[in-house]
Amino acid sequence: MTREIRLAVNGQPRVAHVEPRTSLADCLRDALDLTGTHVGCEHGVCGACTVLLDGEPVRSCLLLAVQAVGHAVTTVEGLAPGEGLSPLQQAFQDKHGLQCGYCTPGILLTAHAFLRDHPAPTPEEIREMLAGNLCRCTGYHFIVEAVEAAARAAAGHKPA
Amino acid sequence: MKPAPFDYVAAASADEAVAALAQHGDEAKLLAGGQSLVPMLNLRLARPSVIVDINPLKELDYLREADGRLHVGALRRQRAVERWAGERLPLLAAALKHVGHVAIRNRGTVVGSVAHADPASELPALLLCLDGEVVARGPKGERVVPAASLYRAPLTTSLAADELVTEARFTPPRSEAGWGFAEVARRHGDFALVGAAALLWLDGAGRVAGARLAFFGVGGTPVRGAAAETALTGQDPSAERIRAAARAAAATLKPEGDIHASARYRQDVAAVLAERVLSEAWTRCRKTS
Repeated sequence: MTREIRLAVNGQPRVAHVEPRTSLADCLRDALDLTGTHVGCEHGVCGACTVLLDGEPVRSCLLLAVQAVGHAVTTVEGLAPGEGLSPLQQAFQDKHGLQCGYCTPGILLTAHAFLRDHPAPTPEEIREMLAGNLCRCTGYHFIVEAVEAAARAAAGHKPA
Repeated sequence: MKPAPFDYVAAASADEAVAALAQHGDEAKLLAGGQSLVPMLNLRLARPSVIVDINPLKELDYLREADGRLHVGALRRQRAVERWAGERLPLLAAALKHVGHVAIRNRGTVVGSVAHADPASELPALLLCLDGEVVARGPKGERVVPAASLYRAPLTTSLAADELVTEARFTPPRSEAGWGFAEVARRHGDFALVGAAALLWLDGAGRVAGARLAFFGVGGTPVRGAAAETALTGQDPSAERIRAAARAAAATLKPEGDIHASARYRQDVAAVLAERVLSEAWTRCRKTS
């Protein structure tokens, strides 16, 4: 019952063999070995599996892998250009925006798209953005600070 | 959990989707945004043998204003409608902000939510409040179903198993109308325990020319607060009249109690929220008149 699908993941063409019932999250992890996408609740509540589909955050546990054909998928592995960390990832490290790390990939992708649309967010906007991602370690304060720091860093790099 | 196995049909046209539904009957499920269906598949609360995916039907990804109505195609995502509605139809934008979270609304469709008919969800109540209707396509062609005769019971509509909702139509209020929206939920993004939406507009003499009130989370279907609409129309609005009208509407509700809230609590909150949304609507139309 498996079928061959061709996906564009992190800018690379990929081929996977999946059943129709295989979620994009399981396809990324099991077929494509991209285990940065974490699976939590499997019904869209926790946000751990969030990836970008054509640049917008979606739950990869609520998307069938066969539905991702023809779309561009970005996972946490695709956030940093080349080696090292993206500025957002660096801010999470600097501000201790993670502890166990289980929720972190989903939050990074959600925040990445958010900062693209809101380059100078208010703390309220950051908290509203985070409301769709559960974190059981940090109490969220350091995550908010990390997103603020990333926004400030991006603003500082822009020509005046 | 993982879904039980199913066959997958990527529909190439609306007629092909309808034909697949007609062929498989109750064994088939339509997949649009998937934000309600896929959780039910993952939890095995739903075990269809065939999934009919309408996402390839890009011709259903539209939103247009015509004949004084807002026409939303079956594939227009909630997030896109929310962005459009921000200034054009702020009541709809306010309601959409309560539908899951951004990542959910990026996939979830307005029509899917309207057709899924969860009694605690916002958009079916909005369809009622905004004198809406849906266009259903079946093997014999299209028909129009008004919101008032769409909702029958929890997750149950008057649509046949072989009908595909291609469009939802909302009637935006006249520009001078005020609006109000409120809901009480355990956490932001959760389904509402109780929610209410209202519109109010005044005539030249400052009397209520028209009012709309709709509740959700207070029974098996969304409910119009007709008692309040009748009580307010033609009257000079006042805080006392709005309170009395809200209580009259809430008194007609027959909510059920469950693990989240008792029936009595839901009825009390419905009265409070009705008063709140009607008051907000009154305040907003005073500002614009």
